[in-house]
Amino acid sequence: MKTKASKSAVIGTLSALALSVSMNVAVAAEDTIKVGILHSLSGTMAISETTLKDTMLMLIEEQNKKGGLLGKQLEAVVVDPASNWPLFAEKARELIEKNGVDAIFGAWTSVSRKSVLPVVEELDSIMFYPVQYEGEESSKNVFYTGAAPNQQAVPAVDYLMNDLGVERWVLAGTDYVYPRTTNKILEAYLKAKGVAAEDIMINYTPFGHSDWQSIVSDIKKFGAEGKKTAVVSTINGDANVPFYKELGSQGVAAGDIPVVAFSVGEEELSGIDTAPLVGHLAAWNYFMSVDSETNDSFIDGWHAYTKDDKRVSNDPMEAHYIGFNMWVEAVKKAGTTDAKAVQESIIGVAVPNLTGGYSTMMPNHHITKPVMIGEIQDDGQFEVVWQTSGTVAGDAWSDYLEGSKDIISDWRAPLSCGNYNVKTAKCSGQNF
Amino acid sequence: MPMSRPVVRLLPFFALWMLVTLLLSLSLDARSAEQDPTLAHVSTLLVKKFDDKAKAVALLVETNHPRTEEILRLIQDGELYYRKNDNRLFNIPVAETGAQAVDLLDASAITIEKTREFKKVTLNNLMRGQIGLALAEIGLKSEDPAQREAAVRKLLGELSDESVAVLRKRIGAEPVSAVRDLIQVALAVNDLRNGDEVARLQAIERVEGSLESPVRTALTQVAESDVSPVVKQKAQLALNGIDEQIRLYGMVETLYFGISLGSVLVLAGIGLAITFGVMGVINMAHGELIMLGAYTTYVVQQLMPNHLGASILVAIPAAFMVSALVGVAIERGVIRFLYGRPLETLLATFGISLILQQAVRSVFSPLNRSVSTPEWMSGMVEINPVLSLTLSRLYIILFCLLVFVALVMVLKRTPLGLQVRAVSQNRAMARAMGVRSKWVDAMTFGLGSGVAGVAGVALSQLTNVGPNLGQAYIIDSFMVVVFGGVGNLWGTLVAGLSLGIANKVLEPWAGAVLAKILVLVFIILFIQKRPRGLFPQRGRAAEG
Repeated sequence: MKTKASKSAVIGTLSALALSVSMNVAVAAEDTIKVGILHSLSGTMAISETTLKDTMLMLIEEQNKKGGLLGKQLEAVVVDPASNWPLFAEKARELIEKNGVDAIFGAWTSVSRKSVLPVVEELDSIMFYPVQYEGEESSKNVFYTGAAPNQQAVPAVDYLMNDLGVERWVLAGTDYVYPRTTNKILEAYLKAKGVAAEDIMINYTPFGHSDWQSIVSDIKKFGAEGKKTAVVSTINGDANVPFYKELGSQGVAAGDIPVVAFSVGEEELSGIDTAPLVGHLAAWNYFMSVDSETNDSFIDGWHAYTKDDKRVSNDPMEAHYIGFNMWVEAVKKAGTTDAKAVQESIIGVAVPNLTGGYSTMMPNHHITKPVMIGEIQDDGQFEVVWQTSGTVAGDAWSDYLEGSKDIISDWRAPLSCGNYNVKTAKCSGQNF
Repeated sequence: MPMSRPVVRLLPFFALWMLVTLLLSLSLDARSAEQDPTLAHVSTLLVKKFDDKAKAVALLVETNHPRTEEILRLIQDGELYYRKNDNRLFNIPVAETGAQAVDLLDASAITIEKTREFKKVTLNNLMRGQIGLALAEIGLKSEDPAQREAAVRKLLGELSDESVAVLRKRIGAEPVSAVRDLIQVALAVNDLRNGDEVARLQAIERVEGSLESPVRTALTQVAESDVSPVVKQKAQLALNGIDEQIRLYGMVETLYFGISLGSVLVLAGIGLAITFGVMGVINMAHGELIMLGAYTTYVVQQLMPNHLGASILVAIPAAFMVSALVGVAIERGVIRFLYGRPLETLLATFGISLILQQAVRSVFSPLNRSVSTPEWMSGMVEINPVLSLTLSRLYIILFCLLVFVALVMVLKRTPLGLQVRAVSQNRAMARAMGVRSKWVDAMTFGLGSGVAGVAGVALSQLTNVGPNLGQAYIIDSFMVVVFGGVGNLWGTLVAGLSLGIANKVLEPWAGAVLAKILVLVFIILFIQKRPRGLFPQRGRAAEG
């Protein structure tokens, strides 16, 4: 008897549960705003992008706790483009056409963004791109919440030049589009500042390069010629670990030849023994160690969400935080999630960033951010040693490159152009 | 009751006594700070911004405070903290709950209750330089000759007038000749900058052949812009001599780099030389067996966190066992059904490699794991100022040779080795002689896999320990084995080392990307000409 009763009770609960679940689904299908998350969860980029997916899920959950948006709940649609660039385009199309998302947050590498670009433009949707990149792009449909070169690379070089008195430069990077473009801009910038060609050494290495002996030894020799030398590193991903290890074992201390990196953050350092790296630098718009109330509560929320109080936060996470909040504000302002309306209403929207200030969406679809230089500490965190007094507006088209210095981007009417040449007064009309 | 009366009556006195001692101790505190206004001032500056901290350091040095060296060393080693609520400075060697914190001013010790209450006095690069120079100036007077030498070397190009005076006094009394020579060079560099013509000429003679980089810098300046043509010419001559030497040592360095890269290639490839070379199995999961070895190192380090130095030595047999067992399992489970079908073997082992990668991702997370380098492996051997050999690489070269010799011994001198060679040369005949060929297959594959695991231990010291570690080395491994000649351990050794050296010789003028491409193109052309590699196995049986 007893077992029978309990059995029926179980069945009862189960069916009730099933009913409520199906009702939930029904409600979800009708009355939610869908947000697409397009980050690789497998393959080589999973190491960086998985964290961003979790960040987005956390932000959406928090927004729902606050009552959602326009009286509706938000619903995350997660897809896995698997570090496969063409798949990014397919998945983006799937998100917009099949799942009907109102905005996409995603991509990490420049090539994956370029792959999504034609899709979001064709379907006239919205994407938020959270990673620092090489610039030279401004799409009507993409909002760049990571740093443009003038928000990271150029200020870092200024700091080295003015505060540390660096006169010789090693520009070391991985051989692909972001380092090549950034180094082209930096080379032009340094030459404009009067640095001689023989005081600049440029070096490219393949992806995942692991034998750094000769390069570090060359850097050492380059730096031993009397002038203060620094390395500006656009070395990407995994290759940084053996690079820093080799620096440590060849005794290149930060005091002698500092290395400033644009792709090394808290997440990357969590896989290295940082003792030999103390004092080397990184330039970002956010560090986990920044002392501000919004940052503290963000980190607390992140630890609670991941149930792991050792998880670090990093710059692209902050970019998503800013981007998501901007989108929420823009939707509220427009009163609709319609892509066209949001594209208009988001320009000029200002939301708090995690470093204690506000970031604003500019007409060129880039945002204002403070620039910070941090030194690596032995606990894998950065100590901010320098920062800009205010925020810096992202510049889509570099002022230091031939062919791009006359171009501006302004998506407000009447110009509505991502690449307007002020000399010829023409919008080239190219789609990026 | 009667007992408590007097106690109660005594209470006010007791309280008074407490108060007096408290006040006394407070005033003592105050007095110790008063006694030393510099230190008090310094300690207020040290908790502020970097500019103020730099001022504090400068103040200590200027006033020649007796505790300068101690405090600077504490800051340099990151052992100086301040308490957040009252900004008092503490010396904290280990920052954890329950550890001791010693007050810097009055040397009283307290126990740390919450590490969050204390914050480290952080440094930036400018301050690190400033403290380094200040400590070097102090180190000139040190008792320890090694410290004096380090101090002179540090100050070589940047002697202040005071240090010049100290060195001039020091030089006569200096008992150690190496330090004396270095002081001579340091004073000569100073003369090159500031001395008159005679002093400059003498200085040039004295620094001739010295490879210290400040010497070269100073000589270059003199050779370019000295007022006297004689001095100019002499400086140029001295400079040419130095450059000649630097070039020579540069070649030695390139050779060393080449051998060390080569030894990594040999380590990665030598396991494959057995599985692919001897058994003829195209094992695409070879890289993942290396990866397993690296992860084993990580796990061993996690298990014995207090014995980092020994953990590497424990990891070597552990990694061998783990990879060998996985290897045997792969052989028994998959490969033995596919002998003689190379294409299917290739696909099956590629699948296994993906499975192993994803397994590691699931178990250890996709993030890289950090394997720390033990004390005895870090650092370098400095042969002279322009040539120093990194210790970790040196150990890996030795380790590679050791593994190679051990493998050759196993194949040449043990019954297993005999049977392996017998089976690989002529399976049918070997079986006819009573060799259990299946057992030998499994053991051979296990041996090759185990060696791959051992290579993983070495690689964990050089590169990322992550799920993609294996992929990075699989191509190199095949390249080495094919180039060396399939089935020949010596071929693998020679091929690995020569490819390493070729790569490093090409790298300076072709760049890392092009150097790699050139080496690959060379191998393709070479294989066209000699399809069986450098040292082909001869004989009828080898054809099978």
